[in-house]
Amino acid sequence: MSTTTDRPSAAGPAPLRVQDPELQGPIRLVDADGRLTRRGRERPVDVDKACWLYRDMVLSRFLDREAVALQRQGELALWLQSEGQEAAQVGSVHALAAQDHIFPSYREHAVGLVRGLSPAELLSQWRGVAHAGWDPFERRYHFYSLVLGTQTLHAAGYALGCKLDGEDAVTVVYFGDGAASQGDVNEAFNWAATMSLPILFICQNNQWAISTPTTKQFSTPIHTRAAGFGLRTWWVDGNDALAVHAVTSEAVETIRAGRGPALIEAETYRVGGHSTSDDPNRYRTDEELESWRRRDPIARLRVVLEGLGVAPPWFEEVEEDGRALAVRTRQECQALHAPDLADLFSEVYADPHPVLQERAAYEAFAAMVEGGV
Amino acid sequence: MVHLPLGKALNFAMQRAMRDDDRVVVLGEDVGTLGGVFRVTDGLSVEFGPNRVFDTPLAESGIVGTAIGLALRGYRPVCEIQFDGFVYPAFDQIVSQLAKMRARSRGRVSLPVVIRIPAGGGIGAVEHHSESNEAYFAHTAGLRVVSCATAQDGYRLLRAAIASDDPVIFFEPKRRYWDKGEVDLDASPASLDRALVLRKGRDCTLIAHGPTVKLALAAAEAANEDGVLVGVVDLRSISPLDVETLRRCVAETGRAVVVHEASTFLGIGAEVAAAVTEGCFFALKAPVLRVGAYNLPYPPAKVEEEFLPDVDRVLVAIDRSLNFGRTPAHA
Repeated sequence: MSTTTDRPSAAGPAPLRVQDPELQGPIRLVDADGRLTRRGRERPVDVDKACWLYRDMVLSRFLDREAVALQRQGELALWLQSEGQEAAQVGSVHALAAQDHIFPSYREHAVGLVRGLSPAELLSQWRGVAHAGWDPFERRYHFYSLVLGTQTLHAAGYALGCKLDGEDAVTVVYFGDGAASQGDVNEAFNWAATMSLPILFICQNNQWAISTPTTKQFSTPIHTRAAGFGLRTWWVDGNDALAVHAVTSEAVETIRAGRGPALIEAETYRVGGHSTSDDPNRYRTDEELESWRRRDPIARLRVVLEGLGVAPPWFEEVEEDGRALAVRTRQECQALHAPDLADLFSEVYADPHPVLQERAAYEAFAAMVEGGV
Repeated sequence: MVHLPLGKALNFAMQRAMRDDDRVVVLGEDVGTLGGVFRVTDGLSVEFGPNRVFDTPLAESGIVGTAIGLALRGYRPVCEIQFDGFVYPAFDQIVSQLAKMRARSRGRVSLPVVIRIPAGGGIGAVEHHSESNEAYFAHTAGLRVVSCATAQDGYRLLRAAIASDDPVIFFEPKRRYWDKGEVDLDASPASLDRALVLRKGRDCTLIAHGPTVKLALAAAEAANEDGVLVGVVDLRSISPLDVETLRRCVAETGRAVVVHEASTFLGIGAEVAAAVTEGCFFALKAPVLRVGAYNLPYPPAKVEEEFLPDVDRVLVAIDRSLNFGRTPAHA
């Protein structure tokens, strides 16, 4: 079956397709040096939008680097770095509407930041003071899922609910190249296609699942596999914020038009380790890292913006905002304190439950210890 | 009052819940047109249509995972797992996702999901179709685990499970699906966490759940013919345990025998024995005994009746309890 369709359009460029015919690779509007590709030149760059993308990418990098520093100083137990994946995250979330509900994996700090989460909310889980630091409904941004791929099924069920309710909302779920090997992800693809759910899968293929490269993870590209399930698919350069944004806009539009689920595979790179506990030097080369640094999403978009006449003071202003966010991140992190264990007893069950009697036992014991028996 | 088999009573419980609340939806393998392999969802798709009753792809993790998503969206999904032994592909979604979401969210997110599981043996089935796996789920905080025994109680408990804002693993004794009983369809939903005292005792208390409740009643009747007055308590709720009722009943007789189809090793009987012993140590005249399956994988069907507890094994256990400290067992 054909999973993508070129719709002839009187105005505007032809829709982007699974594969860029020019490059025989992922869709790219800006090349690694910041020059617009042929397809990039076909569509005018919305400078305001591009500036927002740039700004949010810079902010999230400042937050990410500050969090790594906080972990190194013992303020966080762990941090999962998002550096290098800013375009895949910021570019996609900016293409969504406010009513669209997002199910992240666990590295989508930039997506959370754009959705309005505070540094405190994003850091609390990694400081060990919460398992999930925010209200998932308030910003329509669900909790992180640490058991890989489980959230894809939650998203499928949520999308089914939206469809039953007749709500004009797209459910968007992020996952990675490693998670794509999980049964849940493949069940979710199948569910979405079979039930024609209004759901967008975004796979950030960052090349590594801890130390396992994609060559050991699968033999068929994820977008090809997803097409086999019956999803409409796009393959995009995940370090090209403009391309990610364009592709996501197009995918969301088709879903909103009732044309069924879609998947975007964004080729990107995890510049840091899997987590602050990881040592990527054990499994990948400096040359590889360097080759991806040359494709840095922020530097690339900056060249585009400079070419469009955005002046140096604006970039300095953004850096200043980034530094301020880093300061705020540190302050909010240090202000995060552990919950009272006693409070957790009443948060497990909605209806009355005898575990509340264990709370009394815990409190009595704590008081006894406090009293110095 | 109507005379119904357990399977039909459960069917009426779902029908009633779906009529009362249009957010209640049913999903599972073959639950629509077919009405489920045991016909427990029979007719629901006709009355409520394809937007309330979903035949899902054949994937248990998907059934529970999407039910979680539906619940996040405000629905009250009732999932059917076709057989006990097929629930394991959904194990992660149940214990790591469904059970923990409310605690993770610090009470902000409730997941009113019911997972119905036809469980237990005695129907001559092939492997993976006769298991009693309630202990796996009872060990997980965040779940409620319920086991029904009769048509009337099944009706009331399932309605309560669907009304609960907590996730409920709902075990149905498949060998009792065809057992009929009087059912009051206007009866209020049962309390989800209270045991039911079915028979008062003087000499010993049998504690059972699901398929072994009928067995315990038969054993109590047989013992009565010998002048031994045996009480019977139906646990109904496996998690939480109604420790208060159990202790009260055992304190009255001083002896207890727990009967379930699951293997005794680390089965619910072990937890019941510990809870009862801790609560009425000085009232006990004998250790709490357990009668269950042997600690083997479920055997081929031709020998399942020897593997599962029966009336004789329960009566032997009652004898051991009555004679504890007086004569050697089986003397």
